[in-house]
Amino acid sequence: MKHYALSAVLGLAAATSALAQEEAQLVINGDLEITTRAPAPDHLDRLSEITSGWVYRSRETQELQADDFDNPGMIFVDDARAAWATAEGAAEQSCQSCHGDPEEMAGVRPVYPKWNEDAGEVRTLAMQVNDCRETRMEAEPWGYTSGDMVNMEALMASVSRGMPINVAIDGPVAETLAKGEELYYTRFGQLELSCANCHEDNYDNNIRSDHLSQGQINGFPVYRLKNARLNATHSRFRGCVRDTRAETFSAGSPEFVALELYVASRGNGLSVEGPSVRN
Amino acid sequence: MKHSVKIAAVGVVFAGTAVLADPVAPTEVAYGDYGEVETSLTGTPGDPAAGEIIMVDRGKGNCIACHQVTALEQYPFHGEVGPTLDGVADRWTESDLRGLVANAKMVFPDTMMPAFYKSEGYIRPGDGYTGSAAEEPLEPILEAQEVEDVVAYLMTLNEAN
Ligand code: HEC
Ligand code: HEC
Repeated sequence: MKHYALSAVLGLAAATSALAQEEAQLVINGDLEITTRAPAPDHLDRLSEITSGWVYRSRETQELQADDFDNPGMIFVDDARAAWATAEGAAEQSCQSCHGDPEEMAGVRPVYPKWNEDAGEVRTLAMQVNDCRETRMEAEPWGYTSGDMVNMEALMASVSRGMPINVAIDGPVAETLAKGEELYYTRFGQLELSCANCHEDNYDNNIRSDHLSQGQINGFPVYRLKNARLNATHSRFRGCVRDTRAETFSAGSPEFVALELYVASRGNGLSVEGPSVRN
Repeated sequence: MKHSVKIAAVGVVFAGTAVLADPVAPTEVAYGDYGEVETSLTGTPGDPAAGEIIMVDRGKGNCIACHQVTALEQYPFHGEVGPTLDGVADRWTESDLRGLVANAKMVFPDTMMPAFYKSEGYIRPGDGYTGSAAEEPLEPILEAQEVEDVVAYLMTLNEAN
């Protein structure tokens, strides 16, 4: 019964075809509907439809995400709930002290990265979490892709699941967005491949054994069966750039912040899914 | 004639016969107007059996990452990014195929296909798949003789096969 929605749709389609998975609907815990296909946002004129990476995964992997008891990423959300309520640092404050329950943060994940007026910069969720830790809690910042940070990002995502990604693309972020777009189309490394070569021109195609998705980040952080842990957006970016035989950028670098903003904007309209499950 | 001029230009020392001369360097490959490369990069005929292994080796050509090849069906996972290579020897000459493998961008300027015999002119070149920086010139992805082996293999992909 748990997987009713998923199985029902799968049952109608041909059992073996890739299409069977692609027509499936993602409904989490039987009632939380996830938008895995949406019309492309207006600023993205090279695509007509945007799709979540979930669409391209095998049925088995898809099903893991349809129930929180099966989703291995949810264990880390629980770890982050504990961290959320734990005071740390010289100010003896926890996240809870300022923000209340994690559920109060619903609506935050969909709009990040976003412009921070006081700092005069585009901030990712990880940057904002560390700013709270340093200036409000007077605690040590977490490593950009550390376990603590990715867990906290998973908690922030989980309380916004189902809400549409909606990052701002105009006003003060325009310059950063343009930089991100340029990076997206740059053919890096000895293989001279851009993000667009794989994720815009060839999504839904196989490259050797990998079924290419649109490389959307609405599902982050993602639990990967391959490395059995939660993975941060910038870790995935590093992996993809490395695979072009290029020198990567580092996690948290201005380049990856810009790229994250641009890639996030390509997913405006897809649901927040994190922590999602991928292979 | 072309051949000896080129060899002289790169200052190769002859070791008895032209066959043993150093391979044409990646920066010295002479591409024709349509991206073809007429002259063998090494002077040594390619070995199609060696070429077959390079075609499927993930650390070498990994050509089937992007191309379907019926004759290589025993090797799993053929990609869908490029066209099938079935019958490719009927569509292209040996010179064309040498150019396509060495640097397909000389034939199709915006192609996704990587250049396998090119050593410089990259954006943020890396040290293999480590993610660290590397200084140009890089080792080309395939050695000159490996390019010849792949070309020899491709020449077996005609309609009869
Ligand atoms: C050589 C091909 C290739 C290139 C180039 C490439 N990627 Fe990927 N990427 C993959 C593969 C394969 C996967 C795993 C399957 C999938 O989700 O597409 C992946 C996955 C991803 C994912 C995870 C999607 C999900 O839902 O889990 C993101 C995000 C991503 N890539 C972003 C990028 C960005 C940004 C760039 C450029 C900096 C890039 N990729 C360049 C091959 C590539
Ligand atoms: C990352 C993808 C990729 C890889 C790896 C790749 N190719 Fe290609 N190849 C392509 C694409 C795409 C085309 C089509 C040209 C175009 O229009 O861009 C192509 C075209 C060709 C053609 C011309 C085919 C025709 O019928 O017109 C040949 C021959 C070829 N490739 C051989 C190879 C060989 C041999 C290797 C490995 C040594 C290889 N390719 C590796 C993507 C790739």
